[in-house]
Amino acid sequence: MTLASSGTVADLFDDYETGDAWDEMFEAPGQPRAPYRALHDALQPLSSADLDERAAARDRAFRDQGITFSLSGEERPFPLDLVPRVISAAEWTTIESGVVQRVRALEAFLADVYGPGEIVRDGVVPGRVVTSSSHFHRQAHGICPANNVRVHVAGIDLVRDEAGKFCVLEDNLRTPSGISYVVENRRTMARVFPELFATHRVRPVSGYPARLLEALRAAAPAGVNDPTVVLLTPGVYNAAYFEHSFLARQMGVELVEGRDLVCRDNVVSMRTTHGEQRVDVIYRRVDDDFLDPLHFRPDSIVGCPGLLNAARAGTVTIANAVGNGVADDKLMATYVPAMIEYYLDEQAILPNIETYRLDEDGVLPWVLDRLDELVLKPVDASGGYGLVIGPQADDKTLASVASAVTAAPRQWIAQRVVSLSTAPTQIGDRLRPRHIDLRPFAINDGQRIWVVPGGLTRVALPEGSLVVNSSQGGGSKDTWVLAGAGRARPPSQSTDSDIAHLLPPDVRTREPDAGPASSQASQMQQQQQQQQRQC
Amino acid sequence: MLSRIAESLFWVGRYTERAEDTARILDVHFHLLLEDPWVEEAAACEGLLGIMGVPRPDKGELNARRVTEIIGFDETNASSIVGSLFAARENARGAREAISSEMWECLNATYNELPSRIAAVGAAGPHSFFRYVKERAAVMAGLADATLSRDEGWRFFVLGRSLERVDMTCRLLAARFGEGAGSPGWVTLLRSCSAHEAYLRTYRRAVDASLVAEFLLLDRLFPRSVYFALALAEQCLVELGPTAGRVGVDDDAQRVLGRARTELEYMRVSDLLTDLPTHLDALEAACSEASSFVAKRYFRQGTAVGWTA
Repeated sequence: MTLASSGTVADLFDDYETGDAWDEMFEAPGQPRAPYRALHDALQPLSSADLDERAAARDRAFRDQGITFSLSGEERPFPLDLVPRVISAAEWTTIESGVVQRVRALEAFLADVYGPGEIVRDGVVPGRVVTSSSHFHRQAHGICPANNVRVHVAGIDLVRDEAGKFCVLEDNLRTPSGISYVVENRRTMARVFPELFATHRVRPVSGYPARLLEALRAAAPAGVNDPTVVLLTPGVYNAAYFEHSFLARQMGVELVEGRDLVCRDNVVSMRTTHGEQRVDVIYRRVDDDFLDPLHFRPDSIVGCPGLLNAARAGTVTIANAVGNGVADDKLMATYVPAMIEYYLDEQAILPNIETYRLDEDGVLPWVLDRLDELVLKPVDASGGYGLVIGPQADDKTLASVASAVTAAPRQWIAQRVVSLSTAPTQIGDRLRPRHIDLRPFAINDGQRIWVVPGGLTRVALPEGSLVVNSSQGGGSKDTWVLAGAGRARPPSQSTDSDIAHLLPPDVRTREPDAGPASSQASQMQQQQQQQQRQC
Repeated sequence: MLSRIAESLFWVGRYTERAEDTARILDVHFHLLLEDPWVEEAAACEGLLGIMGVPRPDKGELNARRVTEIIGFDETNASSIVGSLFAARENARGAREAISSEMWECLNATYNELPSRIAAVGAAGPHSFFRYVKERAAVMAGLADATLSRDEGWRFFVLGRSLERVDMTCRLLAARFGEGAGSPGWVTLLRSCSAHEAYLRTYRRAVDASLVAEFLLLDRLFPRSVYFALALAEQCLVELGPTAGRVGVDDDAQRVLGRARTELEYMRVSDLLTDLPTHLDALEAACSEASSFVAKRYFRQGTAVGWTA
């Protein structure tokens, strides 16, 4: 089975020009980097027609499965680029340990600010930065989660700078989404482009839902033996609803909406055909503001009144915990390297992108002078909303962001414009460099922090664009972490069982039963045909 | 009903189920080969041939493509997907007047389209072929359900299908036996029976080897479990030849299946798991034995008339 159909031209990489940014595949024109060599060799002989065929199969698969993304009211197949992004085993080791380190520090920070507040007292993080964060919820103060985990799931956004170094762009500790696309992208790639996998050993990602379920069960209130876990969704109109139903299905847990829950005497239950059933762990994909109308927005109809009191009483675990937003505030992110030193006594493995704190003396005027060279971001927005890239913005936008920043410096940060790394992406009938980022996902079960190998690689599809968010028309890539030289399977997390330790697979050859003897068939055939001729 | 027709229907049931199960097995196994870097391709392929009871070819290296050709496309092997579909169609052809024309058409159209579907594997990958086979098997099951009277013919069809299902599920379990408790192979096994989601909804926890075996062997509600299929086959036999007397069972096939089902149902789960290969082998043997008892009683009563000069 050869990839290229005969008679077509291998033209995919024609005129592929790398710019100032770090290109993931090429170190020089026509020279692929080591981790990409096999992939490049597999793609090289292909023609654009070959790629189009795969693209059609991919779109059909996504559409049939209902894996769509709604953009400006139009349902489109989830935008998956057919060229995977490859991460070598060594690069991954750095990313993995950096993400784990960061999550450990952020956990410690959350436990601290919603408890004793030592880091503020010791002057490492200014108190005003904590209390002025719009996601610092006093309501969460003193709630002690069952296994001391607040960040059950984290998504850490990384980018690769011009020198090829991975840096942290921001943290997502509230309800990071995208993991369903990681799993589905892999499944679909294996189905529509199986040959690409043949020359690689790619670490699997499909174990995520099982890990998440274990972490959620481990977070159950003390004394609950067989906890009931539910996933709380805002409902079918939410943009991430596909992911909610995907995770519920893959974990075998009930997908509930706020109206399915009832909270009485600090006990949360769901309404079932057999009466109310107690709920022990809620993996919620509803924002803090809408979670509990008793404490937050009273007009919320997607939450359940009383949840927070129940969590405080310790009868139910909310995952991720309420109030995590204070730690993923973009201004707070600038203090994470300090937190890592303070709590863990380590140096940050993954550095932050250079960021300017506008609330510090003298920084604001300096930044205002250089607005057209910097990126300005609101501290608490996600999805790429409100972001202004100085060099690409017009004067009117710059003027309005200048007045917004002057009015509320705490609500903004400024960053150096990092030219994100580029990777070959199908654009029309050629492969072209497009900017990408990476969101690895980490799960904390209280014993250890596990990072899914790979994560979501997002692509900015317009030429030169640095905005990768899917809500801004970004695409995605299947992300391959190569297994490396070691052949051994990483240790399994699963519990031991009765038959684990027994015999090697016993390969047998009991032949299948055969139907009515076919030996007579030819004889019968002849005779039946003779009958015909005689008639 | 003519014995010959009954036998044909029985084998239409068995062969369509065999084609479907084989497609399921190949589909998830090859997907796993691509997705799990720690699977050894040659060993996995050898195991696969073992499950299907196909001897290893003498020469050449074993790889996914080769195995797909042997178990998927080899017309001369009656247990390959193509071979099974051919055999199902041949059996249906001899019983066209006894099944609904929709069922015949479904099998015939499926068979006619196989060459172009196989040709498309080169460009689109094997998944679309496996999916085609699974979907056509589902159409067959739906048509049988919607168009066959619930008479003897229906019972022979369901009996054949259920026996084959028991046999194939046992083969699958046997192949996984001995793997680590948390190995992705168990998820693969569940997927190949379309049982992963049902399993998760039932146990609400990560896949664990002993629970998977328990679920696929003993679950009373899941239609692809061994217990479910055995009980259904047994019920078909009861309806085919009701026992008149007050004592015991006089149908040999029913005796064999009833014993196997009872053994399975009332055995302690831990005992079942400690000696799983033996039990699986016994179950497969019971299916085989029941199949020949059914043939003896319903398809070939008495001995063939001899001709002596």
